[in-house]
Amino acid sequence: MTQSNLKNIALTVNGKEYTASVEPRMLLSDVLRDELGLTGTHVGCEHGICGACTVIMDGRPVRSCLVYGVQADQAKVQTVEGLADPDGGLHPLQEAFWEKHGLQCGFCTPGMLMSACHFLEQNPNPNREEIREGISGNLCRCTGYQNIVDAVELAAELLSKNKKCDDESSDLQVVQTGRKVNV
Amino acid sequence: MKPAVFDYYSPSGLEEALSLLDEFGYDAKIMSGGQSLIPMMNMRLARPKVVIDISKIDELNFINITDSVIQIGGLTRHFQVEESKEIGEICPLLTEGMKLIGHSQIRSRGTIGGSVVHADPTAELPVMLSTLGATITLASSEEYRTLTTDEFFMTYLTTTIETNEILVSIEIPIPPANTGFAIDEFTLRKGDFAIVLAAASVTLDDEGRVKSATLGLGGVDGVPVILDEITEELIGHFPDSDTISECCNRIGDLVDPEPDIHASGEYRKDLCITYAKRVLERAAEKAANRKG
Repeated sequence: MTQSNLKNIALTVNGKEYTASVEPRMLLSDVLRDELGLTGTHVGCEHGICGACTVIMDGRPVRSCLVYGVQADQAKVQTVEGLADPDGGLHPLQEAFWEKHGLQCGFCTPGMLMSACHFLEQNPNPNREEIREGISGNLCRCTGYQNIVDAVELAAELLSKNKKCDDESSDLQVVQTGRKVNV
Repeated sequence: MKPAVFDYYSPSGLEEALSLLDEFGYDAKIMSGGQSLIPMMNMRLARPKVVIDISKIDELNFINITDSVIQIGGLTRHFQVEESKEIGEICPLLTEGMKLIGHSQIRSRGTIGGSVVHADPTAELPVMLSTLGATITLASSEEYRTLTTDEFFMTYLTTTIETNEILVSIEIPIPPANTGFAIDEFTLRKGDFAIVLAAASVTLDDEGRVKSATLGLGGVDGVPVILDEITEELIGHFPDSDTISECCNRIGDLVDPEPDIHASGEYRKDLCITYAKRVLERAAEKAANRKG
């Protein structure tokens, strides 16, 4: 590899701007983890099966192992690190996963949370069948999914009680906790 | 699971992309959504020297509906078609079929053109386009040409697109009013590649008899299979389940699917019959309801 193969990219992750110089073959998941130090996004299969690396890119859930970092140039990305309050207060989804034991080993959890986050934005009042469909792109090898479905159901309830958010910063609409994050 | 080194180009217009293709020829690979290509590159089954990422060419991302045709740009993402209300009203087969493609995360990135050019015989789009009588328009720096699905799909993962061409759009004729559609597939897990996939379109006349019908199958051959031999038998009849069953029972004589680790040929034949009946019945029912 020659130095000239490196590409400069600039992207916004969880409202914060980052720049990096990456090889075109570097996966977005690796850019997030290794270049930006955001290791909350987990890397499972690296070929688009397990969903562990799911992040929100420009308002849509994507598998970050199926996007090259160079393709995320100028994109707005949200990762699991962006869910909780800066002071550590949990997002309703995280509270619900805690409350309902929606995880065991926790490896799939960041991907589950990001998929569920987008899903609940699209469908704030889902039934259990719809929740199963909503998380069908994410594999969990511990829970048998029951408690994850319970957790997403509870999160929908928590989020619906928390309607005070009219956050206009569009890339953070997903985070309906009523707090505002600087973009 | 890390791809081999490649040079990366991200043209902003079609013309620029086509001239890059002319320049690099066989060394180059077009990437649109990347949802099939990137897994292959990550596993190093594909090692293109040059990747031309066309995903930022906005001029190829559109849905254009006229009186006679639905034209969809090659770079239109699956979710955009899935969420298009107009398409849902005019051609609900597409909306229904989109939901069967992978998962939400895949549909965020995956494109119409990418899926069609990839030409996986178990994929939804090739079967849907064949069932709908769609055409496929390709561009090179010299010319545009429009092909039927028969002319385009050759065999497993192989089409007649040339190395200097890019798929710019697909065109679907707007179906007559008294038409119903259905699509269904057998998968081992939600979102997996289909073992067998069936799509149907049924148009009824004013009395409720079948005026025309099309049945498309995926997962039985290297290309989508259209079984006019079966649906011709339905024309002029009321589409009750006995009539449909009788016709579909002959499918086993017409298809000869290859066995693989997922299913034997015989099992696939049985699935074809079951799913063909199912989609034809549903399509007929929807046609009757649409007629009101």
